[in-house]
Amino acid sequence: MTTNILLAGFGGQGILFAGKVLAYSGLAEDKQVSWLPSYGPEMRGGTANCSVCISDEPIGSPLVLSPDILVAMNTPSYDKFIDAVVPGGLAIVDSTLVDRKCARTDITVFYLPATGLANEKELQGLANIILVGKMIAERSFVSFESIDHAIDKCVPARKAHLVEANKRAIALGKSL
Amino acid sequence: MRHDVPGQRDYRYKGVSKVQERVLMKGNEALAEAAIRAGCRHYFGYPITPQTEVAAYMAKRMPKIGGTFLQAESEIAAINMVLGAASAGVRAMTSSSSPGISLKCEGISYIVGSDLPCLIVDVMRGGPGLGGIQPSQADYWQVTRALGHGDAHVLVYAPSTVQEMVDLVVKAYETAERYRLPAVLLADGMLGQMMEPVTFPEEGAHAPIEKPWAVTGHQNARKHNIINSLFLKPDELEERVKSRFLRYEQIKKSEQLAEETMTEDADIIVVAYGASARIAMNAVKAARADGVKAGLIRPVTLWPFPTDVLQKSAKQAKQFLCVEMSMGQMVDDVRLTLEGSRPVHFYGRTGGIIPTPAEVLAEINKLAKD
Repeated sequence: MTTNILLAGFGGQGILFAGKVLAYSGLAEDKQVSWLPSYGPEMRGGTANCSVCISDEPIGSPLVLSPDILVAMNTPSYDKFIDAVVPGGLAIVDSTLVDRKCARTDITVFYLPATGLANEKELQGLANIILVGKMIAERSFVSFESIDHAIDKCVPARKAHLVEANKRAIALGKSL
Repeated sequence: MRHDVPGQRDYRYKGVSKVQERVLMKGNEALAEAAIRAGCRHYFGYPITPQTEVAAYMAKRMPKIGGTFLQAESEIAAINMVLGAASAGVRAMTSSSSPGISLKCEGISYIVGSDLPCLIVDVMRGGPGLGGIQPSQADYWQVTRALGHGDAHVLVYAPSTVQEMVDLVVKAYETAERYRLPAVLLADGMLGQMMEPVTFPEEGAHAPIEKPWAVTGHQNARKHNIINSLFLKPDELEERVKSRFLRYEQIKKSEQLAEETMTEDADIIVVAYGASARIAMNAVKAARADGVKAGLIRPVTLWPFPTDVLQKSAKQAKQFLCVEMSMGQMVDDVRLTLEGSRPVHFYGRTGGIIPTPAEVLAEINKLAKD
């Protein structure tokens, strides 16, 4: 099985970090993984996106054009990618920042006010991780244990105090 | 599914145990770490997207292991520092992206003319000129034909995974030293920027070989070694070039590497290298699922070009399709290899656009219908 994930939003929202957590969780389960960021000027304040593939087989193209799962954290990303989601796929939209509703009936869409919730629950800057929590609750291509392990791996030592907050953000996303 | 050309040295590590930790790393960083583990202690570079992580990684690591990281004042200075370090017999390295590689060409020609081994990494971006910063394979002609003036060749290795970036760095150093010429690791923005799991060889497992020709201090214990690329007498220069070409012939015979996938019964063979080969692989698998007998040949060495494997496959295959992130460059080598015996088609995107598996599949299906 292969799961192709596309995460998209503004630079600074932790799009690449969320992708890294997903890639590491796949690695923890001894799967094949790839992580491909957009790079260049768009990373400095413009739009950022990140392709993650998690598979039981060697990964061909690491560029996700037709995602099984889309996370959209701003309106330009939503507009750009919502029609690319494969039929039967999943889209998770940060409704604090995206004021759109999808007309497609062949995909599952969740609208979660992740950025608002993050601010309310003292999880500032972790809307990305709340959305990852929801993603794994809906599509269990990796286990929550692997996600926890990945957070331990991905949070740099100088930010070790944020490990617990990241894990709370996962739990919050799972509960939504 | 994976086969190397028969009778050739396997460049993948045999010694890495399965229990060794797989780590997730960017291609640029993984190749830098691989160079360090291969014994490179002298890196000279200048930043340029999309390979700057190589220099950044070296800047972090080299001071900790007693190595030299030097950000030169320009690409030209960096390659000449490589020339100097390589003359002393150490494993030296530089890296850049397309416009920066153009600047290095003069120095690379001098290194070839001086019969020195070194590693040059080109993480390609769109061109010509400053072009763009997105992935491209538009430097194929440059690296395989004329990376410097004169009758000059360099070894060219084209990885298509992050793990292969690691494996081929070591292979490149070893081969470059055996034949005394520079080796280029030719990647692109996609491979440089993406992360995949990798395992590394033990440090020191691939130490540099003895270099009796190196210009090192010897307190008059032997005759002076001279490293030079200037030969004003035509007969002397011709002799030098001819002896180098004997080595080139040997390289063409013994150093070709390619990977074949589902070619045994293939009617249509796609030929693609590096990142394009990953996209082509998706298309070939999809074509097989539709009942089209497609296969993939992925050149791992671009110079020497893997002519043996292509010629062998032409006995079975009816047509060839070359897929590149350029307007069509490697397709020339495929046509030269097959000498008109089979039709060779081309599909490519350029300017930083990555062809999609669907586009490649459409081309395969078009050929299957003809």
